[in-house]
This record gives sequence, structure tokens and C-alpha cells, in this order.
Amino acid sequence: MTEFLSLGQVAAAMGGSSGLRVRTGPYSFVMRSRLPEVHRAVNHLYRAHLQLPSSDFVDFDVEVARPANWRRWWKPQVVFLLDGRDPFNPLPGDQGFPLLEWGMNWCIYSLCHQHLTLHAAVVERGGRALILPAPSGSGKSTLCAALLFSGWRLLSDELTLLCPQQRNVIPIPRPVSIKNQSIEVLQRFAPAIEFGSKVLETSKGVVAHFRPPAEAVAALDRRAEPGWVVLPKFVVGSPTRMRPLERARALMYLIENAFNHNMFGVEGFELLASVVDRSACFALEYSDLAEAVALFARLADEGTIDPRFIVQDGGS
Amino acid sequence: MTVRPSSQDIVVRALCRPQELSSWSLSAWAELVRRARVAGLLGRIDGLNGAAPAQARKHFESAARLGLAQRAEVLRELAFIRRALDGLGHPVVVLKGAAYVLAGLPAAQGRVFSDIDILVPKSAIAEVESRLMLAGWAGTTTTAYDQRYYRQWMHELPPMQHMHRQTALDVHHTILPETARLKPPAALLFDNARSVAGDDFFLVLAAEDMLLHSMTHLFMNEDMHHGLRDLSDLDLLLRHFGADPGFWDRLLTRAQALDLVRPLFYGLHMTTALLGTPVPQPSLKAVAALGPAWPLRPLMTALWRRVLSSKQAPGAGWVASLAQFFIYVRGHWLRMPVPLLARHLGIKALGLHERGLGQAQVGKEG
Repeated sequence: MTEFLSLGQVAAAMGGSSGLRVRTGPYSFVMRSRLPEVHRAVNHLYRAHLQLPSSDFVDFDVEVARPANWRRWWKPQVVFLLDGRDPFNPLPGDQGFPLLEWGMNWCIYSLCHQHLTLHAAVVERGGRALILPAPSGSGKSTLCAALLFSGWRLLSDELTLLCPQQRNVIPIPRPVSIKNQSIEVLQRFAPAIEFGSKVLETSKGVVAHFRPPAEAVAALDRRAEPGWVVLPKFVVGSPTRMRPLERARALMYLIENAFNHNMFGVEGFELLASVVDRSACFALEYSDLAEAVALFARLADEGTIDPRFIVQDGGS
Repeated sequence: MTVRPSSQDIVVRALCRPQELSSWSLSAWAELVRRARVAGLLGRIDGLNGAAPAQARKHFESAARLGLAQRAEVLRELAFIRRALDGLGHPVVVLKGAAYVLAGLPAAQGRVFSDIDILVPKSAIAEVESRLMLAGWAGTTTTAYDQRYYRQWMHELPPMQHMHRQTALDVHHTILPETARLKPPAALLFDNARSVAGDDFFLVLAAEDMLLHSMTHLFMNEDMHHGLRDLSDLDLLLRHFGADPGFWDRLLTRAQALDLVRPLFYGLHMTTALLGTPVPQPSLKAVAALGPAWPLRPLMTALWRRVLSSKQAPGAGWVASLAQFFIYVRGHWLRMPVPLLARHLGIKALGLHERGLGQAQVGKEG
């Protein structure tokens, strides 16, 4: 049985000179902070990661800290530092952990161009990846979270990393961020879910993260082949409706949701075309999580969709 | 005298002695990647020659991809600018990074761009601005005071950005602010500007002018975020153009004609001191006579050493912060006479520029 780090050990490491080393998917981070709320969040949400052996190579040295100015005492702020530089504006004082997570995402989507990165949640079942590209507020994280409690493995709730050589999906399992009403919806759907503390009034509303399943974190080297591209949309009161998408249209959605498509030129176009070529592509409208989850289980295991959920193209 | 390249700075070591990279430890590579990334120099280090461990290699691959993509973007953007300015009847000179790409210079290698800079005669600036606006570029400066700051005192239009492509463009009419202490005559720059193989529209500065401009940009500036990257540009340009034996005398003569002797002194002094750039002894000696006297010379050398390091960063200690602050003040002091500077900083600090101050003057003087 591996020992977990205690809160005291996390605080000592994050506040000390060596920092706390965490490997997540292909990247290792040194995380630093002196803020107790960040120590608590990391201790709770990175518990599965902290059991991993530390690697010698650290890709990013990140910190959330109070900026060194007079605001330390009046309306304190937090600032994200990458290797000692601050790429964004400070945020209000209690948003340390969300800022750390956003900053770590930023490191990957804006600085790592050895893979093409989509703004999309991605989960795996039977070796095949279900890619859920959608703007914030569409319910992709909620659906992704529900799938994690229904036999799917987390690859990422925000960043789909596509390998241009092998044309598959590279896992980067990290804490999953859930916003606003979805927090309660998921607590009802999966009572075992382990949220950290909620942070109020971020630019995205209330944000809470939950701990990624340990098996997903441990399987950080097991890639997945593209299987499905589904554009989810949560619509209050809507029946579950799956509308088959033309591949060309699915391709355009992937391009729109790509962070660094411009780095890849023709190669990037061909990579994304190969993803949609190997995927069944749909647009999904849903309001009933359980029904949506059952739909995906059947789709993955039997390759079929209950006909009452299928809507042919006609609307937009 | 030639000073040995500093071996304290891990990024400088990788730039100057790539042959030693194969013996580096994994943790040294990790530190190199992190520091070089902050310094904007990841693309310039020879990390893909087989010596790098796989964990580091992925970052160099990423930098190489970024370099290729940015190079393509610069050339595409130049084509758009050309379309907007075709038939202008005035020379259009491409400056800095985009010029290195256009002229196929080694300093284009692995360079990260944030904008494109062009230089046009002051008499053409109004027409250039309106043509660019018709083609989709718009000024990014919104307050009347900032408009006045650029149009009356600076050497460039307020920075422009293309509405659809979001690309940034700076249009200059000379290479230093009109209020700066040094006053290089812009006409001389246009006289010697040269065309580039394969391009019949854009010009680039003559070799000496290109170097003097880069040196001026670095050593009159107040922001050293990319100081080491800019110093490496100088090193590559000097190595490239220095192969022509007549170059060094022309460089010195030209610095005197353009009133840019001091930036030349710092440029040659610091590239040799930090990056081991091979500058002929007679040129070093001649330029040394033009530098500042004791005690300013050792003080400035120590300051430049500190701020032109990949280690300088917030939290790097109070000495580093003080050095950065001094360079910041010096940059402003060189840019404007003190009363004007005091007024400008006061207005900025109090936020008056956002409340319409300066509006009347713009109307009057515009």
C-alpha cells in the first residue's frame, strides 16, 4: 500500500525550495505555493498523482503567490508564475487553486506544439476515445464527469492532445473542473464524487474541482484511438437527441476548437481529417445525464444507438 | 581584449558551447529548457542534434515547429502589407525580426515574433496609415493622451492590429523617439537601404544600419524581457556580416554619422563579454575610446551583465530588481527630456490619460 502525502507534507514541499513534483500525462510540473488553501486543494485533488515516482525532468516550474505589492494587505490577489514570470493578470485572493489549474492548462496549450491541442474533453472506453469539443458552458465537463462514473476512463476534461505521428490521443489526467449548477447535478448523479472546496465568483462563476479516478491517473501512458466526435449541448428540459454530423462539419468544429492548428499547416488539417475519418460524429442535445450516459455505453459496447434518440439533419 | 564567455548562465553556455551539450545531466537539460523558454531562446539552441534526452527534445521540437509557423506567418503578413502599400511611391523598409527573415539572415533562425516593424519616410506616414486602415489594420491605442504620446513624441504610429488576423504591426518613421537624446537622421537610413533577393518591393537596412538599429533598440530600451534574445541576434548578425573585412570600419564610421556611437560601444562590448562574439581587436579598441569613462563604464557593464541574463526574473533577488529598475529609469531618461518624462509618468500614474487629458492638444497639433 502506497502512503499518501499528508497535508503537512504537501504544505512543506510546496512552500519549500524543492517544490512539489507532479507528473501528469506527458508533462511534469513543480508546483509551488505558500497559500494554505492551495495546499489543501492539491492535497485533496492530486492525491492519486502524488503516489507516482518523481521524474528527474521537470517541464514547468509553476507557482501561485501573492504579488509583491501593497495589495498584499488590502484586497489580496493571487498571481500565476511560470519559471518566475507572470503571463497573466492577477486574480482575487481566494482563486489560487483555479488559477494554478488554468495556468497549467495554459502551459500546455500555448507552449507545447509537439502535439495538436483541442479545447475538448476526452474519455476512453475499449481503447477508443470519445472526443467532446465544445465551448465553455455547453455541458461538456458535466457529461465527461458523468461518463467517468460509468465505465469510461478520463484522458482530459479540457485538453485533447493529438499526436501528429501516431494520430492518437495522449492522456493528461488532472483534476476535473465543474461549474455552477453542474456541481450539485453531479453530486446527485454520483454520490461518490470527491469535490474539493468551491471557489466563488471566478470569471466562470462557482468552480469546484474533483479528484480524477486513480486508475485513470495511473494509466497515463495508455493512449486511445479516435472513436467518436460528439458536440454536446445541455438544454434544459430537452429530450436526448443524437444528430449524425457530416464529417466535413465535424472537421470544421475540431479546427475551431483547436488551440494551435496554425502551427501545423497541412499536417494539422490531415491529422484532424484522419480523426474524423476514424470517428462516428454526432451533435448531442441532452438534459437527462443518466439517459445520455446509457446512450454512450450502448454506442461503445454494441455500436448502436437507440432509434428513439436519433434525429436526422434538418434543424441546425 | 576578449573576455571569456560567461559560464554562469546555463542558456549562454548552451548557445556558446553546443558541443558540450552531450555531457549534460537530465536536470541540467530541464533547467536549460525552462530558462531558454522564458528568454525566448528555445528555438536557437541546438537541441535537436541528437544530444538532447527525449524529455527535453519534445520542447525543442515544439520550438522548431513554432519557428517554422511564425516564419510562414511573417512572410504571409508581409505579402498582405505589400498589397496594402503597393504603388506607394515611397520606400518601405522592413525592420528587426521580419527583416532577418526577408533577408535570409542567420538571426532569423529560431526567433520568436510578436509583431512586424516597418519604416517609412515621415512625409508618407499619413498615407501609409490610411492605406493600412483601408486594408483592415486599426490602431490599438484608444485614449487621446496615448494618441498624442505616439503622434507627437514617438518615432512610430500607435501600434496597429489587423481586425481579422489579429496580427500586430508597428509603423515607424525613424528608429528613436523624436524626444530622445540621440538623433539619428532617418534620411541616411533610407539612402543606404537595400533590396533583397527575390523581393522587388520591400527594402531592408544596410548591414551596418541593421546592426546599429538592433543595438540601439536593445541598449536604449527599458524593457529587458527579451534582452538575452536580442543580444544573441546581435551576435549572429555580427558573425555573419563580420566575415566581410570592410564591414568593421564601415560600422564605426556609420555609427558616428548616425549619432549612435554609444549603442555601438555597448553592443560590441557586451556581445564579446557575454557571448564571445569575435570582434577584431582594432575595432574593439577604437570603440572602447568612445564608451563612457570610469566609474560609469564598470557600473554599466555590471548592470548589463545582470539584466542580460536568462536568470533575471521577478523574485531573482533585490540586486536583480534594482538593476532592472535602473535600466527601466535609464531607458525612459534617454527617451525624453526630464520635464516631459516627469509629466508623462505623472499622467500615467494618476490615470489621467484615461480621462481625456491631452485631447485639446491633439486637435490643435494634429
